[in-house]
Amino acid sequence: MAQINKNVIEQLKKDILLKQGYKPASADTLKINGLQQVEANFPNGVFPTGMIHEFISNRDEHASACRGFISGLLNSLTGNKGMCIWVSMQRTIYAPALKEFGIEPDQLIFIDVAKEKDLLWVTEEALKCEGFAAVITEIKELSFSQSLRLQLAVEQSKVTGLVLRTDDTKINPTATVARWQITPLPSHLQGGLPGVGFPRWKVELLKVRNGQPGAWEFEWHGGKFLPVYETEGSNINTSVKKAG
Amino acid sequence: MQQRFMALWFCYLKTDWIAIRKPELIDIPFVFSQPDHNCVMVTAANNIAQQGGVIPGMRLADAKAILPSLEVLQDKPAREEKLLKAIAEWCIRYTPVVALNLPDGLLLNITGCTHLWGSEAGYVTDIINRFNNKGYVVKAAIADTIGAAWALSRYTENYCIVEPKQQRAALCNLPPAALRLDAITIEKLDKLGFLNIESVLKIPLKELRRRFGGDLILRILQALGEVEEYLKLIKEPDPYEERLHTPELYKTRTGIDIAVQELLKKICERLIAEGNGVRAAILSTYRTDGKIQHLKIGTNKATHDVAHLFKLFELHLNEIKPGMGIELFVLQIPKIDKVDIKQQAIWKGKINIDDNGIIELLDKVAGKIGMQSIYRYLPQENYWPERAIKNSQNIKDIKQTPWRTDLKRPVNLFKRPQPIQVSAPIPDYAPMLFRYKGEVHHVKRSDGPERIEREWWLDEGEHRDYYIVEDQNGYRYWIFRSGHYDKATPEWYLHGHFA
Repeated sequence: MAQINKNVIEQLKKDILLKQGYKPASADTLKINGLQQVEANFPNGVFPTGMIHEFISNRDEHASACRGFISGLLNSLTGNKGMCIWVSMQRTIYAPALKEFGIEPDQLIFIDVAKEKDLLWVTEEALKCEGFAAVITEIKELSFSQSLRLQLAVEQSKVTGLVLRTDDTKINPTATVARWQITPLPSHLQGGLPGVGFPRWKVELLKVRNGQPGAWEFEWHGGKFLPVYETEGSNINTSVKKAG
Repeated sequence: MQQRFMALWFCYLKTDWIAIRKPELIDIPFVFSQPDHNCVMVTAANNIAQQGGVIPGMRLADAKAILPSLEVLQDKPAREEKLLKAIAEWCIRYTPVVALNLPDGLLLNITGCTHLWGSEAGYVTDIINRFNNKGYVVKAAIADTIGAAWALSRYTENYCIVEPKQQRAALCNLPPAALRLDAITIEKLDKLGFLNIESVLKIPLKELRRRFGGDLILRILQALGEVEEYLKLIKEPDPYEERLHTPELYKTRTGIDIAVQELLKKICERLIAEGNGVRAAILSTYRTDGKIQHLKIGTNKATHDVAHLFKLFELHLNEIKPGMGIELFVLQIPKIDKVDIKQQAIWKGKINIDDNGIIELLDKVAGKIGMQSIYRYLPQENYWPERAIKNSQNIKDIKQTPWRTDLKRPVNLFKRPQPIQVSAPIPDYAPMLFRYKGEVHHVKRSDGPERIEREWWLDEGEHRDYYIVEDQNGYRYWIFRSGHYDKATPEWYLHGHFA
């Protein structure tokens, strides 16, 4: 009886997830290159596309790391042919650097706006446009109602929205599917060689709707995310996971 | 097709103009004056002053002697041209072909326009009534040639319509001055006793040429229609133009919406047939009180989709103030382009830059925020970081060279390098620490230098030695030293962040 109940509950959970827009894993499910450990913390073990992800950062350096990480995600999201749109107010991103993360910089359209109102308008309109593989927005703050509007915009179009919040002093609840924080970590070169190594980050999932928060260390290496312990044997463990 | 022209003559152009603005002047004699060399001349006189014997071209002192009560206003050079131009633009509602006839007239090619007002008489009375209501005294004439229309407008009571091919008969009784001649020729003709044009026409042309020169012959032939005459238009008619003229005034937003859609439908039908699409469009609305408002839209890619074009206009339609009502809508397409016809069914589902959704979104952004807010970069074969990319003007541009990956470039690049203070071992090592915005960064790891020379044919200045450095927190920066070490205090800059 307990077994049956458990099965029923499992089935119900799956149904609810489906109704919330989470697709069960299937053959054509999108896999992010090398990010399997993180994907496992999402419902159904699938990176949720067609939803709004939120990234927070409080320093320019963190925001840069975040942009690098987002570029790495875009690599898998675009599948090397889709167009993305990057909306921001004071844009500093340098397009040629994105090639390192496996996307052609000419796949990106940048929109520079002067007013925050326009920023949200462009983002919402872009999210409604099915032609984009992803929409990236850099914004200072995102209120709950604003995030809700963005989430509603993608429900029809199934475009993935990535919101980079550059001011983390006010962290309010939002309707986003996940809240990420990317911080740069000192790089390492094998055998203690001098010089700067591959980009290395601490990737934290602070909040995941219907999923598990967690923290990992990743390096961008050879065109994909590489968990840090793999690159250096076992001197860094995965026990940095913590409850968000 | 038989051409028909109308000449409009503003008998008291400048004085009527000022009297409309200053009604107290209507009942008193007044003139405009302007200094010419060392005496003041009358440049324009109103109706009452002219009846009292004051005519333009007189000295002001003489005029004042004739009419002591004369009011004098300062004239400005080229005022009549400005005035006529504004009036000519207003006249575009009657015909698209309007030309100035300085100093006091307009010439209109009205071929094929008059039937909208019932007849030529209806057309000309409508124009005259409109001007009279405003306060301008005008006379008009319609004829087959510009010369005949001009002549008759100057010597008619109110208006005059010359039936097709009857200009010779109509001109016969007018004085030779009606032929648009210079003052010397008129005086000569007068002295010789040519009191009307008929008497001039009786003389063989050869004789006339010998005595009066080619100008008189040309004017005669032009007036009779034997030599073609062309108008210098105030505005070239657009080949892609649609007009919506209505007796009912449009006052509501719904009405304006319908009008714009109507116009777009008409123009798109034509563009579809030609395989062209709109790249830029201008909507002009002519209000009944004479105000003209313009709306401009641009597209990123040629399109002839009515719904999409309407959406672009819709963003701005609120700016149109209908006031008392709009009587004429004109839609012009100054820029067209070929439309790529694609088998859209095949392409659907596959994401592509040609995706119409994307293009439509960019059009919307361009319409609301401005074209200058959209960037898409293509590689450029330059090492200098600021010049390694160029903004592609056309969304369909394809890169000519591949993006480079052999040289590391930062994810963030400041528009302007930020000065930093460093302490560095010499000569060619990265700094040991640097200070930026009051924060000290100890350099733990570094790569470099990568020397980038300026392209001397583009600009002058020092080269840059770039280093990639990582500080104690694991933050990665791109810094450079400007120029060689031989200066007392070498300048260091922070130029970007790596991921």
